[in-house]
Amino acid sequence: MTLSIVLVTFAGFWFPLIMAGLVFAVSLGVAAYSTYVERKFAAFLQDRLGPSRAGPWGILQPLADGVKMVMKEEIIPNVSNKFLFILGPAIAMLTALMTGAVIPWGPKINIGGEWFSLQVADVNIGVLYLLGVVSIGVYGIMIGGWASNNKYALLGALRASSQMISYEIAMGISVITLIMLSGTLQTSEIAAQQHGFWADGWFTWNFFKNPLTFLIFFICALAETNRTPFDLPECETELVGGYHTEYSSMKLGFYLFAEYVNMFISSAVMSLFFFGGYNFPFMDELSNHPNLVAVIGAASMLIKTLFFVMVFMWIRWTIPRFRYDQLMNLGWKILIPLSLANLVATGITMWATGKIG
Amino acid sequence: MQSLTNRSKVVVKKEMSFAEKLYLPAVAKGMMITMSHLFKKKVTINYPEVERPRAEVYRGQHVLKRDENGAERCTACGLCAVACPAEAITMEAAERKKGEEGLYREEKYAAVYEINMLRCIFCGLCEEACPKEAIFLTDRIVPTEFERDDFVYGKDKLVEPTKKDERINIGPRQTQTTIDFKKNPEYAHNLLWDPNKKIGPKKGH
Repeated sequence: MTLSIVLVTFAGFWFPLIMAGLVFAVSLGVAAYSTYVERKFAAFLQDRLGPSRAGPWGILQPLADGVKMVMKEEIIPNVSNKFLFILGPAIAMLTALMTGAVIPWGPKINIGGEWFSLQVADVNIGVLYLLGVVSIGVYGIMIGGWASNNKYALLGALRASSQMISYEIAMGISVITLIMLSGTLQTSEIAAQQHGFWADGWFTWNFFKNPLTFLIFFICALAETNRTPFDLPECETELVGGYHTEYSSMKLGFYLFAEYVNMFISSAVMSLFFFGGYNFPFMDELSNHPNLVAVIGAASMLIKTLFFVMVFMWIRWTIPRFRYDQLMNLGWKILIPLSLANLVATGITMWATGKIG
Repeated sequence: MQSLTNRSKVVVKKEMSFAEKLYLPAVAKGMMITMSHLFKKKVTINYPEVERPRAEVYRGQHVLKRDENGAERCTACGLCAVACPAEAITMEAAERKKGEEGLYREEKYAAVYEINMLRCIFCGLCEEACPKEAIFLTDRIVPTEFERDDFVYGKDKLVEPTKKDERINIGPRQTQTTIDFKKNPEYAHNLLWDPNKKIGPKKGH
């Protein structure tokens, strides 16, 4: 008896740590294989075959790429600020991995009579934390580009920071709309509100309640992760690589890797905010088996996330890059007014339907 | 001006409609196009395993032929080197000693015969110039090397094997007129190859 209590207390302390390790491993693993899937997907969209030599169908390609990255010579330019030069990719990678902490990856799981949430930290300001950490991410790029002491790197970093700051406004306003709808900043609560799939004659997922918010958020997420059509910070045709021009070896790998981790996390955030997170249709029919619900829930969260990762790639290989003025026009003249109008319209609708006093 | 073909279209810069200004329908259309390519047949050829079909008269790596007795046909006359527009061929002649009749067909032979495959443009003028039916281009591809020196091919790489079943088939390189001409018994070595035998890569795409 005492043993089981000790075990449960033990588990209560260790479970978040195990979860943190798991989230780390999953985000890194998914990011590694995103590079492979991206190349394969790009090749298929262009009627090619893609990497096919390392292992069957080339599935060992990320491993080969990783080994290559580590074995490459590490060059730190003499004229660079060495401390900041190393700090840049470290911040980029760190912020990319930190965001996974507040995302609920599944419903509560029951181990030995004790309930554990599949979330590292269920803080009550999870959404705020997400936005905060994501905006630190721009420092990684800015510092890296500036410390390189190279005009192209600096141009790329400037583009990156101005782009990310511009699109963060529209993103923030669309998140405010979402927070108005759900009335909470706690990510687990947002997921719980979208329970199931259908209730009271309408879908429970936020996407069906306010698709425009999702569209704005999605476009801003593309811009925040520096993906095409918003990949101006690293457009190799104009800037010889952008902010990571001077980087080599694993530091370059960290920058590229951070982009894929960001992509994974922002896909997870999108499925959490708008597509019900871990919720799936007919989950109430299984309510007698909470652990089964937890497993299927975590799987459905992962499937939704990977679907969005695929959409990110799909967009990258379809749409050409924006010109810089078009990018700024879209951000400031279209997305921000649109998201503001959306915010006001949502507020009026909520007031008219009596949801707020 | 009067249009002669009726194919030209007058470009009109018209105001975009609301749907066009949104760009989203166009984006969706583009994404459908790329998605449709996901299921299309891939054009890539997995080269070392599968080879692109080549013409039967393909001009690839050269061969120095032997006659029906296995003696080298080349007599180091130098006509190929003179004909070569790329100056790729060099050779050194030597006199045949007594007892070497089985090795060299004529009294003079090429002690050294080198073709620089980096200079060679594979035009086939050397085989046209050769009066002894000694040099021919084949459908073999010159392999890649790491050093430039390795592309200078000597007799070790150019002369075909002595064994009759290991000889290089050059039949399809010959036109029908040449084949008819070579039916002459004087050129009996030409019976060693079968003009109808197919050459080229085994697997097509």
